Amino acid sequence: MKSLTEFFAMGGYATYVWSSYALAAVVLIWNVVQPLRRERQLLRTMGSRVQGGRRVAP
Amino acid sequence: MFERFHKFASPPHFHAFARMLSPWLFGVSALLFAAGLFGGLVYAPADYQQGESFRIIYIHVPSAWLSMFVYMVMASAGAVGLIWKVKMGDIVARACAPLGASFTFLALATGSLWGKPMWGTWWVWDARLTSELILLFLYLGYMALQSAIEDRRAAARAGAVLAIVGVVNIPIIHYSVEWWSTLHQGATITKLDRPSMDISMLIPLLGMTLAFKTLFAAVLLVRTRCEILEFEQHTNWVRELATGPEVR
Repeated sequence: MKSLTEFFAMGGYATYVWSSYALAAVVLIWNVVQPLRRERQLLRTMGSRVQGGRRVAP
Repeated sequence: MFERFHKFASPPHFHAFARMLSPWLFGVSALLFAAGLFGGLVYAPADYQQGESFRIIYIHVPSAWLSMFVYMVMASAGAVGLIWKVKMGDIVARACAPLGASFTFLALATGSLWGKPMWGTWWVWDARLTSELILLFLYLGYMALQSAIEDRRAAARAGAVLAIVGVVNIPIIHYSVEWWSTLHQGATITKLDRPSMDISMLIPLLGMTLAFKTLFAAVLLVRTRCEILEFEQHTNWVRELATGPEVR
């Protein structure tokens, strides 16, 4: 079993390997979060518009 | 049969279906990512030529495969919308584009991060890299068309034509490593041959590919729901949904 330091060093390729994985994490998480937030926002604005502005916009 | 399809392809039904299915896909994808990351980063041995740097493959190859797969989904959905005037086709095509662009970007960026230590350069203008870059421009062009044309039906038609013409790029990307001499290595996994990769490296790759694919499916459903809501915002069913108990 490799030690943790060895694992993070990635045989000297740490910069390339970990930046690839970090970049993927950022892109994939943004892909998930952005449309979920957009959906919630869409439903909220549509809901308040339908109710004739009875609800005060935040 | 046709009646059934039409019912399923009607926006309210598809919206309900997408709402039911997407949490399951997110769950399956998370499990596959956990297994694939463990397999790729810990379980798989280092490559005898490339050392630990080969682990970039577990991000690079799934993104690259998806960049082409998403394009085919987008072009097919666009074609369905264009030819049979199925509104859901237009909607799905539109939801695909930003996702496909992000996978293409990821494939190019991780390829660059892999190319630097292995080839000694971030970028070369060879056939594989250039055709993949063109794919990114096709996605961006499609998105630009969508935001430039106000009328959604017209935007969908123009986008579908662009997407269908751009399909010619997909076999070029796929065969580029065989047709031209290139720095990029040939295919590791083909349908006709045994993969030239050890099973302990191959299984994490298939796991990560499935993880990416299920994540794409889940996010596509969410994006499709958003597009449906915008397309149908003046219909009664959307109004009821927006004022219903589930919102806020």
